[in-house]
Amino acid sequence: MSAETLTKKLSVDELIKEAVTVRRDIIEMIAHANSGHPGGSLSATEIVTALYFNILNHDPKNPHWEDRDRFILSKGHACPVLYSCMARTGYFPVEELKTFRAINSRIQGHPEVRKLPGIEASTGSLGQGLSIGIGLALGAKLQGKNYRTYVLTGDGELDEGQVWESALCAGHKALDNLVAIVDSNKFQLDGAVKDIMPLASLPDKWNAFGWNVIEIEDGNNMQQVVDAFEKAETVKGKPTVIIANTIKGKGVSYMENNNEFHGAAPTPEQLAQALKELV
Amino acid sequence: MALEFKLGKATRDAYGEALVEVGQEHKNVVVLDSDLSKSTKSIEFAKKFPERFVNCGISEANMIGMAAGFVGSGMIPFASSFASFIMCKGFDQIRMSVANPHLNVKLVGSHSGISLGEDGASQQSIEDIGLACSLPQMTVLVPCDETSTKSLTHLMAKHEGPVYLRTGRPKAATIYKDGDTFEIGKAKLLRDGKDVTVIAIGLLVIEALIAADQLEAEGISVRVVDMFCVKPIDIDMIAKCAKETGAIITAEEHLIGAGLSGHVAQVVAQTTPVPMEYIGIDDTYAESGKPDELLDKYGLRAKNIVDAIHKVLKRK
Ligand SMILES: Cc1ncc(C[n+]2csc(CCOP(=O)(O)OP(=O)(O)O)c2C)c(N)n1
Repeated sequence: MSAETLTKKLSVDELIKEAVTVRRDIIEMIAHANSGHPGGSLSATEIVTALYFNILNHDPKNPHWEDRDRFILSKGHACPVLYSCMARTGYFPVEELKTFRAINSRIQGHPEVRKLPGIEASTGSLGQGLSIGIGLALGAKLQGKNYRTYVLTGDGELDEGQVWESALCAGHKALDNLVAIVDSNKFQLDGAVKDIMPLASLPDKWNAFGWNVIEIEDGNNMQQVVDAFEKAETVKGKPTVIIANTIKGKGVSYMENNNEFHGAAPTPEQLAQALKELV
Repeated sequence: MALEFKLGKATRDAYGEALVEVGQEHKNVVVLDSDLSKSTKSIEFAKKFPERFVNCGISEANMIGMAAGFVGSGMIPFASSFASFIMCKGFDQIRMSVANPHLNVKLVGSHSGISLGEDGASQQSIEDIGLACSLPQMTVLVPCDETSTKSLTHLMAKHEGPVYLRTGRPKAATIYKDGDTFEIGKAKLLRDGKDVTVIAIGLLVIEALIAADQLEAEGISVRVVDMFCVKPIDIDMIAKCAKETGAIITAEEHLIGAGLSGHVAQVVAQTTPVPMEYIGIDDTYAESGKPDELLDKYGLRAKNIVDAIHKVLKRK
């Protein structure tokens, strides 16, 4: 049986419903651990949900399947969204999400390759994921393999020089089996991107490095996200970057565009409020 | 009867406060951070002297180069991030732009060791002392409490040459009193003893004092030394302790070998070979968990020091 038949691809309507479940998981995990990063997990929910439930060609029961598509969460602090999608697609029991950030757990504070099967790269030190993605994508080309590689970065993360070293290299190598997604939620840790280190025109920058650029107006709109991924698959001779304009903290009213929830857990009352909103 | 001690501020908080005083005193101090000012506490300086604070975004290597440039302009830069990021991501820049020309750059790494807790291995810094000490003529300071952090922050501003200061996230036990003085290259004898010496740094200093207190009941007399300056290391103090107590334990929140233990062992082997045991992280990455749980699991407690002392005394 091919792996494609093992993972049912959800429709956009089904994905929208699934994203609600994922958001609830994110908030519950972080509240339970009393630590973690809700803002950047919620902004990336449509992106990661679309990947795991529709776009990726993967087999949760066989995480080491050699022809699987690869996904790297370069902004590793947003791992609650990844863990939820992995659990909900069957990599590990949903129950285990409760062990997020607890001692002796596989569900580490940032993704760890040696702890949890299905994690493609140990991240948490920002800026490194895209380089690893190039190795995976170029390795596929050199060996005639058909899998695709997806790397999710933050917009703050683009401050790291290594991102631009890898951007230059991927453009040069014409890696059309590589997709970078920028979760452009306009905030980093100390504050707003426009105040800390403005990025000016991101599409122009990636264009200049030889990438095919798809900018989506609303990266929290599932249809737009799925369309962007599908369009990226048709592009030949260039890597694609999807610049997704998202809202940090999306889906929980008091977290939206409130950078206090970059790396802070909700109180029990705030948790209850969030779960009331996420239906 | 357990040793009584008070918890003071976290060393990162003490650093933030002292940095404001340093900024008041030295008008040419400039502070750089890599999008972690709220965590390293350099934000305290940013609030007071916004015109002398530069947030470099998430670009540690760039920040180190900028700091080197600030020296050339006549300023004294203090650059901070998490210990793991400033040392690991900035290492070649520290090597070539700071250590090689021996520039007056002050590097500060917060959230050191494993006691930062839930964030897990990627943020935990267990290599930074080793990396910093590997650089010729780098001064490496690891304060254990609020008072020593404040004093050392002032001291590093006055000291000419590159310095690395390592701070931590959790509240730290109060070891020193106001007015205690510190000197680069001179360790602090905290408790005298004659059977064995524990040379400790950071959070392990209080654990060493607790261990010494417990062992007194067993009739074992333990000397405790705070080696807050890991480089240049206090050779005379180590040689004296080896000679007078005949056995040495090192204790640190860092990988064994690369950090304090290796540097002490080198001095012991050269001056006065005596049996040694090492308390630290043993060739592994740690993980997520509550700080206390992690210190227990990775063997960084008074009881581990007690066990090591029993072991080393058998070899005397
Ligand atoms: C190399 C490195 N430096 C600093 C940090 C600390 N840190 C964690 S998240 C973050 C901000 C990230 O901003 P962004 O990429 O925009 O993520 P998002 O806003 O989507 O959470 C920082 C500075 C880190 N994890 N890695």
